[in-house]
Amino acid sequence: MTIRIPVVEKILSANDRLAAENRAALDAAGVFSLNFMASPGAGKTSLIEQTVHALAGKLRIAVVDGDIATSLDADRAAAAGASQAVQINTGGDCHLDAVMLHEALPKVNLAGADLLIVENVGNLVCPASFALGTHKSVLIASIPEGDDKPYKYPSMYHGVEALVVNKIDLLPYVPFRMDFFRQGVEALNPGVITFPLSCRTGEGIEPWLNWVIQQVNLKRNL
Amino acid sequence: MHELPVSESILEIALRHAEGRRVTNLYLVIGQLSSIVDDSIQFYWDIIGQGTLAEGAKLHFRRIPTELLCLDCGQSFAPGEDSFACPACGSLKVKVAKGEEFFLESIEVET
Ligand SMILES: Nc1nc2c(ncn2[C@@H]2O[C@H](COP(=O)(O)OP(=O)(O)OP(=O)(O)O)[C@@H](O)[C@H]2O)c(=O)[nH]1
Ligand SMILES: [Mg+2]
Ligand SMILES: [Zn+2]
Repeated sequence: MTIRIPVVEKILSANDRLAAENRAALDAAGVFSLNFMASPGAGKTSLIEQTVHALAGKLRIAVVDGDIATSLDADRAAAAGASQAVQINTGGDCHLDAVMLHEALPKVNLAGADLLIVENVGNLVCPASFALGTHKSVLIASIPEGDDKPYKYPSMYHGVEALVVNKIDLLPYVPFRMDFFRQGVEALNPGVITFPLSCRTGEGIEPWLNWVIQQVNLKRNL
Repeated sequence: MHELPVSESILEIALRHAEGRRVTNLYLVIGQLSSIVDDSIQFYWDIIGQGTLAEGAKLHFRRIPTELLCLDCGQSFAPGEDSFACPACGSLKVKVAKGEEFFLESIEVET
């Protein structure tokens, strides 16, 4: 004889619980944190470099870099002036999860940081499902990826608090219907704050930097 | 590739709810938007279930198609290939109503 028992439990509830612990640790240390998500090559590390380079005098920025292998991106963050750069190698996993961040956080001196930027693994699907406990998620889209990405990866576009559209210096060379792109974004994530910019030329980077500073200050004044 | 931790999580939840009884079937609900492939979960499941009370249990998947809800007229609809516009009123103010589910709905245990 068998009987059916109702369960109705989120499969990732263990991840979510650990994400809450990460958030509590960051809150306790007064550190504001961002989760950078994007497809491979969209410019996550480039935006970290630009942000760290511009704000190093104002904020102590720690970077946690998730990659399937290599520590190249953490090295780039450190070279750009990050006060700390920690690498997580996921060993094949396509995303970071709360467990990996939980293991990495003790390697970060949170007391010596104002801002923590986590670079997720380059992937437009899986990172959306795994909360890390960071305060805000930022999606970095880029012009050469094409304007149809909101339609193809709705969960990623749906779940972020800020959107960067990188590589606008390439707009003259690549077909990209900004209206079409923005319509898809607006449907999935109404009113999401959006920063079109170029990490290469620096165009549009100022509003992004101001937003980061504002977010850190909001956290400080809590 | 994240089906391994997902399978482990399913096992942990199932065994906890089974309270020492043998688990024979698991019923999962997975939205179309979640990045999960049935076949590879089954593959990992067969391995990690070994030696537990859920060894050999069968996984059943219920897939939920993506559904958007128009915030202007209340119409529910499936998104088009490259449009999220409401087919009834043309509005672009929509929200994702279904498709992000990812949970264990129920299990069957031996009594
Ligand atoms: N033209 C142009 N190229 C850019 C811009 N930003 C970044 N790139 C280039 O895009 C490539 C990828 O940049 P990364 O910053 O390494 O991208 P990523 O998202 O960190 O990549 P992964 O970590 O490998 O997923 C590099 O060759 C950058 O020089 C930009 O604004 N304009
Ligand atoms: Mg990178
Ligand atoms: Zn409508």
